[in-house]
Amino acid sequence: MKVLLVGATRGMGRSLARLMAERGDRLFLLGRDPDSLEATAADLIARGAPSPVGTALCDLEQSSGFESALDAAWLALEGVDVVVVTAGLFGTQEALEADAEFRQKVLAVDFANTIELCEQVRPRMLADEGGTLCVFSSVAGDRARKKVVLYGAAKAGLSRYLEGLDLTCREDGLRTVLIKPGFVRTDMTAELDEPPFAAGPDEAARAALRAIDRGTPVAYVPPVWGLVMLIIRWLPTWVLRRTNF
Amino acid sequence: MMVQGGGRPLTGWGRYPVVVARHRRSEDLEAVTRGATLSRGLGRSYGDASLPGSSDGMVAVTTAADRLRWFDAERGVVRAEAGVSLATLNRLFWHRGWSVPSSPGTQQVTLGGMVAADVHGKSHHTEGCFGEHVRALRMRVADERILEVSEENEPDLFRATLGGMGLTGHLLEVEFHLRPAPSGWVLAESQGYGDLESTVDALRSAGPEWPHTLAWLDLLARGRAFGRGVVERGRRAEPGEAPARPPAPRFPPPIPFSLPLISGTTMRLANIARYWSRRRHRRGIVHPDAFFYPLDVVGWVNRLYPRAGFTQYQAVLPTGAGVEGCRELLDIMVRRGAVPLLCVLKDFGGEGKGMLSFPKAGLSIAVDLPITERTQGAVDAMNDFVAGAGGRVYLAKDTLTRAEHFRAMEPRLPAWEAVRRQWDPETRIRSALSVRLFGDAT
Ligand SMILES: Cc1cc2nc3c(=O)[nH]c(=O)nc-3n(C[C@H](O)[C@H](O)[C@H](O)COP(=O)(O)OP(=O)(O)OC[C@H]3O[C@@H](n4cnc5c(N)ncnc54)[C@H](O)[C@@H]3O)c2cc1C
Ligand SMILES: NC(=O)c1ccc[n+]([C@@H]2O[C@H](COP(=O)([O-])OP(=O)(O)OC[C@H]3O[C@@H](n4cnc5c(N)ncnc54)[C@H](OP(=O)(O)O)[C@@H]3O)[C@@H](O)[C@H]2O)c1
Repeated sequence: MKVLLVGATRGMGRSLARLMAERGDRLFLLGRDPDSLEATAADLIARGAPSPVGTALCDLEQSSGFESALDAAWLALEGVDVVVVTAGLFGTQEALEADAEFRQKVLAVDFANTIELCEQVRPRMLADEGGTLCVFSSVAGDRARKKVVLYGAAKAGLSRYLEGLDLTCREDGLRTVLIKPGFVRTDMTAELDEPPFAAGPDEAARAALRAIDRGTPVAYVPPVWGLVMLIIRWLPTWVLRRTNF
Repeated sequence: MMVQGGGRPLTGWGRYPVVVARHRRSEDLEAVTRGATLSRGLGRSYGDASLPGSSDGMVAVTTAADRLRWFDAERGVVRAEAGVSLATLNRLFWHRGWSVPSSPGTQQVTLGGMVAADVHGKSHHTEGCFGEHVRALRMRVADERILEVSEENEPDLFRATLGGMGLTGHLLEVEFHLRPAPSGWVLAESQGYGDLESTVDALRSAGPEWPHTLAWLDLLARGRAFGRGVVERGRRAEPGEAPARPPAPRFPPPIPFSLPLISGTTMRLANIARYWSRRRHRRGIVHPDAFFYPLDVVGWVNRLYPRAGFTQYQAVLPTGAGVEGCRELLDIMVRRGAVPLLCVLKDFGGEGKGMLSFPKAGLSIAVDLPITERTQGAVDAMNDFVAGAGGRVYLAKDTLTRAEHFRAMEPRLPAWEAVRRQWDPETRIRSALSVRLFGDAT
């Protein structure tokens, strides 16, 4: 399998890239920091990824760079079977309310620019007779909650877009895999209190990889979060109004 | 970064003592160790080695920092971040024909923990400690500088760090040699012996022929059978002997709760069953996990121990002390009312590079003891004997040794303390263990 990963330098993307490396997939990495891309590529090669693991710069804050970054990946891998986007930004509700610049950044990265990246991947994959586009959204996009109003709104928009993309393009060979992580222990969540069912990034990545391999349109990772969200989606609004989670 | 604000209870593997401590974790090891007062890996040391020395301490948890920097397949050398686990290294390298030397009895340890405790395995008589295979360390010292440390560069700090229990600085990266392994599988033999003397003899005489040896004793048998045991010997299987497919990694099922099942009675039964099932000579190809990590079969085995917690008393007696020394030590323990749950003997080769590393030529004796009101007295009495016999205890397992006893056992301590003082005059980096044994302030 030839895989392009955006966001493999840390967290679940790192775990997912390692699982792919261990089974010998050919990898290419996009990210915003050259040192950290290089260190990630070296880690993946030491873990068994076929050498070289190519890298190119791509900052989700700047959509102007997407085209050349994708060109580099398509050229190096001679076509791409799977694109995985785990890159994303989180901000607590307080932090996002307090800081307009940060707020605009998170909304741009998690919503508008991630969608723009997908829009540029779409024609390439359709021209290659298909492929799999796997994007990490969040359970926070399933239902509005006081703690994740803004971040949740960006992820809700992203989820809806990905569902729509799958409706339109699956027949033509482009399979969209929408991953909704629950609470996963990465640096993104390091400052938050852990809820029940918190999982490690490796466990979440194993579930995501299964979904990618099978082409599952929507997957909660770890799967238990599907059940948790079922309950949360059914909660009456007055409960969400009175509680604070 | 995970900052547990006011702190959360933290313990070692023995779940005693419990310290409320601030700790944080990140993939960015340089960032988490900045300003931290101690590093901690997977918390598999039994007692207080991985617990902070004072309530305002900040513990850097390394487990998310697990990148490999590179692997040189020609020379079998790896450089990796300190938080990578031995389980990961085994999974990655066994099937490529390499093994990590001097593996301890669990693979749920980090590289940092392996260096800091300078761990040994069943192979100490052939391979020495892990530190013998370490080429270089990248570490953050107390004044926050980051240094590359090796035999060539700051050799004193290098040797003080191997076995230095994390007290000379934070380990960021470790560069070490792997050993060629003809296959992932192990050819193992076991055989029972009816008393202590014949068990110890068999352990010793297996050494020259077998790279991995160990004996476990049934201490609950009384009279002449006291100390009867089973000797296990093994070596990596040659490709012709082993299945062609590499051994598949095993994942122990997690349990989220405690279930105290291990008590004097259940262990007595387990020991008897184990002795009788292995008494006769057995030989065969086994999964490496079954041979090297029998206790990892249940990753949460410590939850089976009594709720009050437990410790492991591990001491080495110099070769001269002989079987009689071993018998005497075990007698003291039983007389003092300690309830030994599991007892393992290992054959040690000579001292290595580490200035404070535990092993020396002789016999290592390790017993799991539940914490009761009599455990401290038993440990004191055993320590009196071990100090007199020229032996010493293993800090990675220790919970109850007193400072006077440790000093009496450890003529090398002043030299190690001098190096530590040179790099950390204010003892900024300290642990509950260093407060207990080396007189650091809380
Ligand atoms: C079932 C079991 C069997 C065992 N068998 C053996 C055995 O056969 N042989 C043997 O030698 N040991 C054995 N041990 C002990 C174990 O190998 C050591 O305690 C080891 O240090 C644990 O590693 P850890 O990552 O869990 O470290 P922790 O327990 O988290 O820490 C141990 C020490 O290492 C220091 N440390 C950890 N990481 C760093 C770092 N990055 N920088 C600086 N200091 C650091 C800590 O400060 C602490 O002093 C066994 C333990 C268990 C639970
Ligand atoms: N962790 C959770 O509990 C959780 C829950 C629900 C959803 N999610 C979602 O799952 C995805 C992965 O989360 P994670 O916890 O693995 O995150 P993480 O550990 O914080 O890693 C985020 C990754 O995104 C990259 N990234 C961030 N901003 C970028 C930018 N502007 N341009 C390019 N790359 C950028 C980071 O690269 P650098 O190394 O350069 O910073 C890093 O590789 C995210 O979309 C997140 O929103 C996570």
